[in-house]
Amino acid sequence: MSAAKKGKLANYWAASCGGCEIAVLGINEKILDVAEAFDIVLWPVAVDAKVHSIEKMADKSIDLCLFNGAIRTSEQEYMARLLRRKSKVMVAFGSCAHEGCIPALANVSNREEIFQTAYHDTPSTDNPNGVRPQTETEVEEGKLYLPLFYDTVKTLDQTVEVDYYLPGCPPEPERIWDAIVAILEGKLPAPGSVIGATTTVCDDCPRTREEKKIKEFKRTWEIIPDPDICLLEQGLVCCGIATRAGCGALCPTVGSPCIGCYGPNEGVEDFGARMMTALASVIDSDDPEEIERIIQEGIPDPIGTFYRFSLAASQLRRKTLEGLDPSGASA
Amino acid sequence: MSEKVGVYICHCGSNIAGVVDVEDVAKFAGEQIENVAVSRDYKFMCSSLGQELIEEDIRKEGLTRVVVAACSPHLHEKTFRRACANAGLNPYLCHMTSIREQVSWVIEDKAVATEKAKAMVAAAVKRVELHEELEPSEVPVNPNTLVVGGGITGIQAAIELADAGYPVYLVEREPSIGGHMAQFDKTFPTLDCAACILTPKMSDVGSHPNIHLLSYSEVEDISGYVGNFHVRIRKKARYVDEEACTGCGICIEKCPKKVVDDVFEAGMGYRKSIYRPFPQAVPNWPVIDTESCTYFERGKCKACEIFCPTEAIDFEQQDSYIDIDVGNVILATGYDLFDARKVPQYGYGRLANVFTSLEFERMCNASGPTEGKIVLRDGITEPKSVAIIHCVGSRDENHNPYCSSICCMSALKFGHLVMEKTDAEVTSFYIDVRTSQKGYEEFYNRLLEEGMHFVRGKAAEITDAARQPGEEGKLIVQAEDTLLGKQRRVPVDMVILMSALEPKADAKDVGLQFGISCSMEGWFTERHPKLDPVATMTDGIFVAGVAQGPKDIPASVAQGAAAAARVQGMITAGTVEIEPIVATIHEEICSGCKICNNLCPFNAIEFLEDKEVSYVNAALCKGCGTCVAACPAQAISGAHFNNDQIFAEIGGILYDAIGGNGAKAPAKSKEPAPA
Ligand SMILES: Cc1cc2nc3c(=O)[nH]c(=O)nc-3n(C[C@H](O)[C@H](O)[C@H](O)COP(=O)(O)OP(=O)(O)OC[C@H]3O[C@@H](n4cnc5c(N)ncnc54)[C@H](O)[C@@H]3O)c2cc1C
Ligand code: SF4
Ligand code: SF4
Repeated sequence: MSAAKKGKLANYWAASCGGCEIAVLGINEKILDVAEAFDIVLWPVAVDAKVHSIEKMADKSIDLCLFNGAIRTSEQEYMARLLRRKSKVMVAFGSCAHEGCIPALANVSNREEIFQTAYHDTPSTDNPNGVRPQTETEVEEGKLYLPLFYDTVKTLDQTVEVDYYLPGCPPEPERIWDAIVAILEGKLPAPGSVIGATTTVCDDCPRTREEKKIKEFKRTWEIIPDPDICLLEQGLVCCGIATRAGCGALCPTVGSPCIGCYGPNEGVEDFGARMMTALASVIDSDDPEEIERIIQEGIPDPIGTFYRFSLAASQLRRKTLEGLDPSGASA
Repeated sequence: MSEKVGVYICHCGSNIAGVVDVEDVAKFAGEQIENVAVSRDYKFMCSSLGQELIEEDIRKEGLTRVVVAACSPHLHEKTFRRACANAGLNPYLCHMTSIREQVSWVIEDKAVATEKAKAMVAAAVKRVELHEELEPSEVPVNPNTLVVGGGITGIQAAIELADAGYPVYLVEREPSIGGHMAQFDKTFPTLDCAACILTPKMSDVGSHPNIHLLSYSEVEDISGYVGNFHVRIRKKARYVDEEACTGCGICIEKCPKKVVDDVFEAGMGYRKSIYRPFPQAVPNWPVIDTESCTYFERGKCKACEIFCPTEAIDFEQQDSYIDIDVGNVILATGYDLFDARKVPQYGYGRLANVFTSLEFERMCNASGPTEGKIVLRDGITEPKSVAIIHCVGSRDENHNPYCSSICCMSALKFGHLVMEKTDAEVTSFYIDVRTSQKGYEEFYNRLLEEGMHFVRGKAAEITDAARQPGEEGKLIVQAEDTLLGKQRRVPVDMVILMSALEPKADAKDVGLQFGISCSMEGWFTERHPKLDPVATMTDGIFVAGVAQGPKDIPASVAQGAAAAARVQGMITAGTVEIEPIVATIHEEICSGCKICNNLCPFNAIEFLEDKEVSYVNAALCKGCGTCVAACPAQAISGAHFNNDQIFAEIGGILYDAIGGNGAKAPAKSKEPAPA
C-alpha cells in the first residue's frame, strides 16, 4: 500500500469493556503498517490525544474512525457525534457499537433501577448518605459536571450514521486487517454494509451435522460434549446456526457452544427471533406441556441466551419504560 | 422508478358496500397512498366488466401493479391474475386483499370497517410494490393413478378411470375389496341387495385390463409431487402363491382351525385360519392369518398345504414391495364404526341382546352367520319386539358432535327387515329423523305405514333390571318421550344400536403420509367444502367417499366418480402448472446447519452432500414458509413473503399509527435530543 499521503485514523472507546481497543493490537506487527499508513489522532488506550484537539480539526479530516462501544451516556453521544462530523468513514467496531452487546442487556432495566442496585442494594455497597451520581455538583472549587446516564443503551447507528460495521466481541485480528486493507485499497462494499461473511459459524465448524431433533436442552456444565458431533444436536444451545461467520468457529471447535458474538447473518433483522424460531422448529415434541418444560428447564434466561449481544439492535430494543420505575428524563 | 399502482375496491353487491364505505376507501387510496395511479370502486370486480376495467387501465394508464380489495384470494385470485396477464402484466404483480371475509363480514360498525379496509388497502399497495415477476413452471402428468381403499368409492373411481383407458393401481388393506358395503344385506332406500349391485363391480375391478389390484397391501411411502409421485407399496405376505392358486377353496375347507371373525362378520361368525372374508371376495385367493394358524403357532399342521391341488401354499412367503409412479392419488379409505362400548348405559358387550348396526347387517345377510334369520344371541329365538336406538356416538358432545347422516335411513331399513322377516314390533328412539335425499322421505312414510313405532327421545338407558310387570326377562329402554313430555320404559327382546361413522383410526397418519389435513373430527379436508369437494390443498391428491365425511352409497359413488373425472382432466391436460410462490435456499448463505432438513411438511427439502448446503425442490414446495421462518441464517427466502414485503405490509397496516405512506418498519430510532 502506498504511504504517499498519510491518512488520519481515530479509535474511540464508548460503552464497552475495552477489549476492542486492545483487539486492534491483535494484528501484531501489522500495526506498523497501520502506523505507516495513518497518523493516529485518537486512541485512548494507546495514544495521548485530547478531545479539544479533535474539536479543532476540520470536518471530514479524519479518514477512518474505528468507534467501539455502545452509547450509554451523554458524553459518549457527544463523542459519537463529534467523530462522525470529523470522519470520512465511520466504522462501528465490535459488537457494542454494532448491536449493543453486553452493556445493552441493561435495557431490561432503566437508570433508576440500575442506580438503586449499584448505589444502594448490592451487599458490598456502603453508602450511608445515599450519594448518587449527579450531572452537576457544587464543590468549593466550583461546579463539577458528569455525563448524563441514559435509561437506554443505544447502538452507534441509533445515534449517528454509520458507514460500515465490523462485528465481533471483539473482532478477530484477521478480519480487522482485512477491513483495514479494504479501506486502504478503496475496495469497500456498499455503505451500510457489514464487513464480513454472509454465512454462519456452522459453515466453519468442523463438527458433523445431522437433522436435528432436540428432546432436552443442556447447560454447558451438565455434559462433556462428544468431540465430533454438532453441539446443538447434543442439546447445547449453540448459536452458531444464526451467528455470522468470521471467528473461524473458535468456540464450537473446542467444545464450547457459540454465544453469538459475531451477531446476526446478513439481512437478519433480529438475531434472537431467528434463534428462537430455529430452535422452536426442532424441539422434538408435539405436546405443548412437554415443550414448555423443555424450554423452561433448558433455557432459563432467554434474553441472556438469545439477545446477549443484540438486544439494543433487535426489534425488542428494550423493556418498555412503562413497566419500570419512572425516573427523570428518559434517554 | 416508482410503481404505478391501480387499486380496485369491490362492492360485492351489498356484501362489502353494505358495511364498508367503498367510495371513501377508493378516494383514500387515490389521494393518500403514494404511487397509486388509479383508484376505483366497482359493483362486481369479478364480473367481466370489472376485469375489463383492470385490463383497460393497465393498457391505457400503464399500471405496473394491481391491488384488488374484494373477497378472499381463495375465490378470485386466479380471476384477477388472469385479467392482468391478459393485459400483458405479469400476474404475480397483482395482489388481492380480503375486505369481505376479513372486514365486512366480521365487523358491524361501518366506521371501524371502513378504517380497517383502508389499512388493508394501504398494506396491499405497500407490499405489491415490492412484488417480483414470477413465472410458473410446467411439469408433465403421469397417466397412472393410485386409488387407496377398495370400498364402493374406490371401486367406482378405479373403474371410471380404467374404462377411460388409464392405468389404475388400486390398493386395498384387507384381503378383498368391497369395504363396508360388502357386509350389508339390503341397501336403503330401494332395498336392492347389496351384493347384487356390488359384486359385478368387484369382479369388473378384478378382471379389468387397466386395473392393477393390490389387495392385502398398504402404501408404505410416497414422495414426489403432482403429476409425478413415486409410491412404494407393501404387499403383505398371504402365504399363498397368487400365480398358482385357482381359488378352489379346498384349503379353507380342510383347515382345522376356526376363529371368531371380528372384521367381516363383526364378531358374529367364524372363519378359518386360512380364509377369504366372503365367498365373492375379489381377489379370491385366501390368506393365512398367522396369529391363529396352528402351523405358525406350533410348527405343525400344514393341512392346507397337503390338500392344495396346485401347491400354492407357501409358508416361507415374505412381505414384498412394489414401486410405482403415478400422477395422481385418490384416497377412498372409508370409515370405522364407533365402538358402542363407549356408551356403557346402553349395555353393549354386557347385555347379550344389544347388537350393533353392523352385527345386525351380518345377521340379515343370507350368507351371514345366521343365514339371514333374525334371532337373539342364543341363535334360535326370534324376537317379539325390537328397539332401534339412533345417534349412538353421533350428535353427542361426549363423543362425536356431527350427524353420521346414514343412521336414520339404516334404522328404517332395519325396521323394514325386522318386520319383513319376523312378527316383531319395532320401536325407534330418535332425536330427529333425517331423511333428506331422493326417495328417503318416501321410505320413511312407507315405514310409518308398515307400522314401525317412533318415540322422539334419546334413550337414556338400556337395562335388564325389571321394575314393572311385563319387564321380566326383557331389555327395558328408558327414554323421555319429548312429544308426550313423559318418561317411558319400553320392554323389548332385542336392541340395535345405530353406531356413528368415525374417521379411520389411522386417518391422521394417512393424511400426514399424503400431505393433506384432517378436520377437527378427523375427516380428510377438501379444498373447498362447496366448490371443490374432492380436491385437497395438496395438488394431485384427491379424497372421496366417507373418508371425507359421513355419507351414503350414492354420495360416495358420486364422489368417487367426481375424483376420477378430476384426475382424467389432469391426465388429458398432460402437464400441470406449478405455483412459483415457493421457497429458495441461497447457497452462498446456507451454512448447512440442517435445521430445516426435517421440517418441510411436503418433503421438499434435501441436503446436497457435495455442496454441503440444503436445497428446496420447487416442484414439491407449497410455499408454506415453515422453513423460511426456521432458517437461523436467513438463507431461505419465500417468494412474495420476504422480509421487505412483510415489513412493508405491516407498515401499510399501521399507516395511521406511523404516519401515512412510505413507512418502512423497522425504522432505526431517531436521534435523541443532545443531552
Ligand atoms: C350399518 C350401516 C348400514 C348402511 N347401510 C347403507 C345403505 O343401506 N345404503 C347406503 O347408501 N349406505 C349405507 N351405509 C353407508 C355406507 O356404508 C357407506 O356410504 C359406504 O360404505 C362408503 O364407502 P367407502 O368406500 O367410502 O368406505 P368403506 O366402505 O369403509 O371402504 C373403505 C375401504 O378402504 C380400505 N382402507 C381403509 N384404509 C386403508 C388404507 N390405509 N390402505 C388401504 N386400504 C384402506 C378399507 O379396508 C375398505 O375396504 C351404511 C352404513 C352402516 C354403518
Ligand atoms: S436452516 Fe438455513 S442454513 Fe441451515 S441448512 Fe437449512 S437453509 Fe441452510
Ligand atoms: S416453504 Fe419450506 S417448508 Fe414450506 S413447503 Fe416450501 S420448502 Fe417446505
